[in-house]
Amino acid sequence: MQKSLNIDPAKCTGCLQCEMACSYEHTGVFNPSKSFIKVFTFHDEGRFAPYTCTQCEEAWCQRACPVDAISIDLTTGAKVISDDKCVGCKVCTIACPFGTVNYSQDTGKVVKCDLCGGDPKCATACPTDAITYVDADWTGYSRMQASAAKSLHSIEVTT
Amino acid sequence: MQHIIIGAGPAGVVAAETIRKYDSEASITIIGDEPEPPYSRMAIPYYLIKNIDESGSYLRDPVNHYRNLNIELVQMRVDQVDATNKQVKLADGRVRSYDKLLVATGSRPVNPPILGLDLPQVHSCWTLKDARGIAELAQPGANVVLIGAGFIGCIILEALVKRGINLSVIETGNRMVPRMLNEKAGGLLKQWCLDKGIDVHTSCSVQSVISAEKGVKVSLSDGDELTAALVITATGVKSNLEMLEGSGIEVDQGIVVNNQMQTSHSDIYAAGDVAQGMDFSTGKYEVQAIQPTATDHGRIAGMNMAGKATEHHGTVNMNVLDTVGLISCSFGLWMGIEGGEQAELYSPDQYQYVNLQFDDHCLIGASCVGKTQHIGVLRGLIESKITLGVWRKRLLGNPNLIMEAYMACTQELGYNQKL
Repeated sequence: MQKSLNIDPAKCTGCLQCEMACSYEHTGVFNPSKSFIKVFTFHDEGRFAPYTCTQCEEAWCQRACPVDAISIDLTTGAKVISDDKCVGCKVCTIACPFGTVNYSQDTGKVVKCDLCGGDPKCATACPTDAITYVDADWTGYSRMQASAAKSLHSIEVTT
Repeated sequence: MQHIIIGAGPAGVVAAETIRKYDSEASITIIGDEPEPPYSRMAIPYYLIKNIDESGSYLRDPVNHYRNLNIELVQMRVDQVDATNKQVKLADGRVRSYDKLLVATGSRPVNPPILGLDLPQVHSCWTLKDARGIAELAQPGANVVLIGAGFIGCIILEALVKRGINLSVIETGNRMVPRMLNEKAGGLLKQWCLDKGIDVHTSCSVQSVISAEKGVKVSLSDGDELTAALVITATGVKSNLEMLEGSGIEVDQGIVVNNQMQTSHSDIYAAGDVAQGMDFSTGKYEVQAIQPTATDHGRIAGMNMAGKATEHHGTVNMNVLDTVGLISCSFGLWMGIEGGEQAELYSPDQYQYVNLQFDDHCLIGASCVGKTQHIGVLRGLIESKITLGVWRKRLLGNPNLIMEAYMACTQELGYNQKL
């Protein structure tokens, strides 16, 4: 069974270990600003919410890519950017309606969550189980994915 | 079932792939008139900088992809569509019959009526062939004049500068990318370019281009005269409709389609720059001529051609642009509507700009300069028509909170479900 990230914002303390781990895994430095997962702060509510790509079915980024630089990792289901093919045109960064593909000025390419090839470091680093990597079926993550997809029902209907 | 697709750009290729996804038996042929494998014009600037070679612009693996999907590629111009006999006539005299036809012939650059634009030093930048010509003339130290600072002009601007040329840009509008950014944002782009040593003339037009000793002499309406080895025109595009003459298919600016991308002939569909598809924001049918719209059109046309009835609910007009390192984007009704509200953040010293446009409690448009993180969510907020509630006011106070607004409005954030 394919696994997915399960994010439970209620358990997040805003410690940013996930951002540090992600940044280190992908860029070799501990710098939260380079992380592909991002913890958002809700000051008025006193809450934190980690957020990253849901590896959505629609794969808006993949569909928008003009040079076939985004493919699906068949073992994890992650949508993965090929640095060799990405020209840095950024079309995917406006096509992804969830805002989870971003341009990196360091590399001149786009970056996004690749599930670390099946061992997501954000989940390993999270001390409170706010981020876990579990069977895809029952995760709140899939509900999040569904609700996000539903919110975009306007795009098409099949009659 | 024989499907014929005219045009080998993103719309045509995505349509072919979509048809194959739903019909493993159908015969699918893409007919394109350029000599290269299907490629993306979006990649041309990166070819000019030499970040990629020509193969880096290809839409798909040119050898295996089409063979694996059993999609036939034909390189030939289509001269005429005969809708009565359900045939297309090719330039070499061949005739191909179809059951379903997709017209995805794209668009081509149009030049304004200026004296001298037919000189050999004047190029447009649209095809790989154009790019090769530009690469040859845009040698380090050369003077180059770019006519038009629209999306295409700005996107090749960086490539030209990186080639080490001296660049002058002439734009008739009062700012750069006037159809994508307002005066503040477009003004930031201009200032940025001036700082980089690019000679930018706005509210200015080219009067004439005349042969001179070394290249050409370009006369401007502000009185300046420039000498140049190369003049590049980027003054807009128009749909390629010629092959439809006499076919009876209804055309306007582009091909008129319904919400299934079907033309006035039920067996003929249209997609991409040539199609007048629905704009999500206005509900009107117009030519958008952008890459994401082309692939959306291609997918929806492909599904309908394969017999899977699908309605198109419009595409959000959107663009992202890298102008010598300064990134800008715009979405939907970025110029706002009468009676609407706007949130704005303007830091000219940092080259930062964020503008959000609201209609009551919904986001309907946005534009940004200097922002690269999470900008896609602007599309999400617009296209999902999310009611922002308390977040409208928060965004009016701080338009950078777009991700927070989206998350709070679409998801259960733990205990705080009543955000």
